[in-house]
Amino acid sequence: MTDFLDAVVLITNYVLVPGLAYGSQLALGALGVTIIYGILRFANFAHGDLMAFGTMVVILMTWWFQSMGVSIAPLPVALLALPFGMAAAIVMSLGTDRLVYRFYRRRRAPAVIYILTSIGVMFVMNGIVRFIIGPDDRRFTDGARFIIKAREFKEATGLHEGLAIKVTQAITVLVTVVVVVALFRFLQKSRTGKAMRAYSDNEDLALLSGVSPERVVFFAWVIAASLAAIAGTLYGLDKSFKPFTYFNILLPIFASVIVGGIGHPLGAVVGGFVIAFSEVTVTYAYKKFLRYLLPDSWAPDSLVQFLSTDYKFAVSFVILVVVLLVRPTGIFRGKSS
Amino acid sequence: MSPSLRNPLLFLAMATMLAAVGFGQSWQVALTILNLCLISAVMALGLNMQWGYAGLFNVGVMGFAAVGGLATVLVSKAPVGEAWAVGGWRLAASAALLLATAAVVVIVRRWLGPGPIRSLATAALVIAGYFIIRIFYDPATEAIEAVNSAKTGYLGGLGLPVIISWPIGGVLAAGVAWFIGKVALGLRSDYFAIATLGISEIVIAILKNEDWLARGVKNVTGIVRPVPREINLQGDIWFNNFATWLGMDVIEASSIFVKLCYAALFLAVLLFVVALSERALNSPWGRMMRAIRDNEDAAEAMGKDVARRHLQIFIIGSAVIGIAGAMLVTLDGQFTPGTYQPLRFTFIIWIMVIIGGSGNNWGSVLGGFLVWFVWIEAEPAGLWLMDMITSGLDDTSPLRTHLINAAPHMRLIIMGVILLLVMRFSPRGLIPEVMRR
Repeated sequence: MTDFLDAVVLITNYVLVPGLAYGSQLALGALGVTIIYGILRFANFAHGDLMAFGTMVVILMTWWFQSMGVSIAPLPVALLALPFGMAAAIVMSLGTDRLVYRFYRRRRAPAVIYILTSIGVMFVMNGIVRFIIGPDDRRFTDGARFIIKAREFKEATGLHEGLAIKVTQAITVLVTVVVVVALFRFLQKSRTGKAMRAYSDNEDLALLSGVSPERVVFFAWVIAASLAAIAGTLYGLDKSFKPFTYFNILLPIFASVIVGGIGHPLGAVVGGFVIAFSEVTVTYAYKKFLRYLLPDSWAPDSLVQFLSTDYKFAVSFVILVVVLLVRPTGIFRGKSS
Repeated sequence: MSPSLRNPLLFLAMATMLAAVGFGQSWQVALTILNLCLISAVMALGLNMQWGYAGLFNVGVMGFAAVGGLATVLVSKAPVGEAWAVGGWRLAASAALLLATAAVVVIVRRWLGPGPIRSLATAALVIAGYFIIRIFYDPATEAIEAVNSAKTGYLGGLGLPVIISWPIGGVLAAGVAWFIGKVALGLRSDYFAIATLGISEIVIAILKNEDWLARGVKNVTGIVRPVPREINLQGDIWFNNFATWLGMDVIEASSIFVKLCYAALFLAVLLFVVALSERALNSPWGRMMRAIRDNEDAAEAMGKDVARRHLQIFIIGSAVIGIAGAMLVTLDGQFTPGTYQPLRFTFIIWIMVIIGGSGNNWGSVLGGFLVWFVWIEAEPAGLWLMDMITSGLDDTSPLRTHLINAAPHMRLIIMGVILLLVMRFSPRGLIPEVMRR
C-alpha cells in the first residue's frame, strides 16, 4: 500500500504540481492571444513581449516596494505590484493600437499585414524591455518559498517520497482560477462581454446591432494586456524573469491557443493544460514510478522516458504542428476562416 | 526620379556608407559587415522568392539556414571511422526501420477508409514504430557519442572541400522544405506562419540535442576554410613583399586579404542567384507565380496547379536560404546550434525583404545590405547617442552607466520602428516591385 501511495506522491510532485502551475501560466497567456484573435482577427506575435513588458514593470515596482521595506510575507510583494504592471501593459497596448493597428483596421487590411506589423511591435517591445531592465536573469520572489517541504512531508507521512509545493505554484493556480472565473462571468453576463462575443462571432451582424467596434477593441486590449501582465508575473515568480524566455514562451502559447481552437476562450484554457501536461508527461522518466507499482521482477532497467528532457519545448511545437495538420480547428472548433 | 536612376543611386548610397565605415572605423570592420551583408542578401533573396513572388508566409527561415549550416559539417569534417564502426549499422537499421514504418503507415492509410479507425491505426503504428526504432537507435547514438566525446563523439563528415557544402546545403534545405511543404502548405497563411515557426524550432531542437549528428551544443569548430589562413600568408614571402609594396602592416594586410577572398566568393554566389532570379521572375514562369499570388482562384481557373507551384517555389526559396546558411557557417568556421535564434535568423530576414521591397530581387539585395548594416552600426551609434545625451551627467552617475550599458539594445527598437514606418508609409519598400501592364 505504501508503495502505491509513494507512486502517487511521486507523480504528484514531479508531474501534477509543475504541470498545473505551468498550465495555468500558459492558459492565461493563451486567453490573451485568443481574445485578440477573436476581436482583431490576427495572431499577435508581440504577446510574449507584452508579457515581458508587464512583468518588467511589476519587477521594478517590487524592487521599489522592497527598498521601502514593504513586505506581505508569506506572500511575495510582487502581488502588490501586479496592478501597476497590468496598468502599464494596458497603456502600452492601447498606445500601440492607436499608433499602429488602428490604421490597418480602418483599411480592413489582410491578416498577413497585421502579423507583420505585430512582428514590428514585437521588436520594439523586446527592445524597450531589454533597454530598461537588461537581458539578464532577474529574480524578484520574496516571502516564504514553500507551503509544504519535501522533508517535512516525508516526516509527517512516513512515506519514502516527498511532496514539495512552492508558494508561487499555489498562487499561480489560485490566481488563475479567480481570473478565469471572473473573465468567463464577464464574457457571459455583462453587456460588453456579450458585445465582444457577438463581434467575435459575426462582425457585420454585431455592427448592425449597434455594437461599437472601437469599444469592443478597447476592451479586448484591456483584457488581453491584463492577462499578459498576470501570466508574465506568475511565470516570472515561479521560474525567473529573462526577456528571452518570454519570447520563447510565445510558441507554447500559440500551441495552446490552436489546440483549444483559435478564438475560443474555454479552448485556450484547456489547450494550456493539454500542452503543459504533454510537455511534462512525455519527458518524465517513469522508472521510479514503475518500480513502486510493479513487482520487483518486472521493474524496468531503462529510464522509461518517451523523449529526453532536452526536447521539452519541442513537444509543444510538435503538438502544434500535428493539430494544425490533423484538426486545424482545434478541440472546440474555433474559427476556421 | 525614375527607377533607372533611383535604384543605382540607392546602391551607391549603400556603398558610400560601407566606405564611410572603412575610413571612419576601420576596413576590417567594414569588410566584416560587407561579408555578412552579402550572405544576408542571398538569404533575403530566398525569402523574397517565397513571399515576394508567391505570397508564402514562411516564418521558418532559421530552420533552413541551420540545415544549410549542418551541410558544412557533414561535407567538410573528416569522417570518424570508429564512430561509424560502433554505431553505423544500427543507425542504418534505424533509418531503414523509419522508412519501413512510414511505408506501412502509408499503405495502411490507403487501405482503410477515412474515419476514426484510420486515425487510431495511424497513431498506433507511429507509436509502435517509434519504440521499435529506439531499440536500435538508442544504443547506436550512445556508442557514437562515447567515441572520444571531448573531441568527436559524432559521425563526422565526408572530408571534402567546404565549398561543396554550399550546393549540398541548398539540396538538404530543399529536401527538408519538400517534406514541410508537403504537410503544411495547405494551411491558410497565418496558420502556415505559426507552423513554420514551430517547425524551425523543432529543427533547431534536433540539431541541439542529436549529438551524434553534429555534436549538438558542444559545437563543431575548426571547419576548414576555402581561403588561405592569415598566419600562412604572413609567412609567405610574396605576401610580405606585397604588403610592403602597399605600405601596410603585414598582419592587417593578411586579415583584409582573407576577408576580401570571402567577399569575392560570396559576391559570386550572390550575382549568380540574382541573375537566375531575375531571369526567372521575368519569364512566363515568373508571371504565372505572380498571377497565383495575386489571385489563386483565377490562376486555378486558368489551369495552373496552385498547390504544385507553391511547393515548387517553397523548395527553391528554401534551397537558396540553405546555401546562405552554409556560407554563414563557412565564414564563422564553426557550427553552433545554440546561436540560432528566430530574432536573428527569421525576423531580421523578413525585415530585409519588406524594407527592400517584396517581389523585387534588387530590393531584397538592398534590404539585406541596409538592414544588416543598420543592425551592426546601431550599436556604436546608440552608444554615441547615449554618451551625448548623458554627457551632462557625472561619469559615476548610475543613470549614465545604465543607459550606456543598455545602448546596444537600441537596435531592436530601431529595427522595429523602421519596419513599422516602412509598412505604414511605404508598404512597397525601397525598390518596389515593377508593375507591368
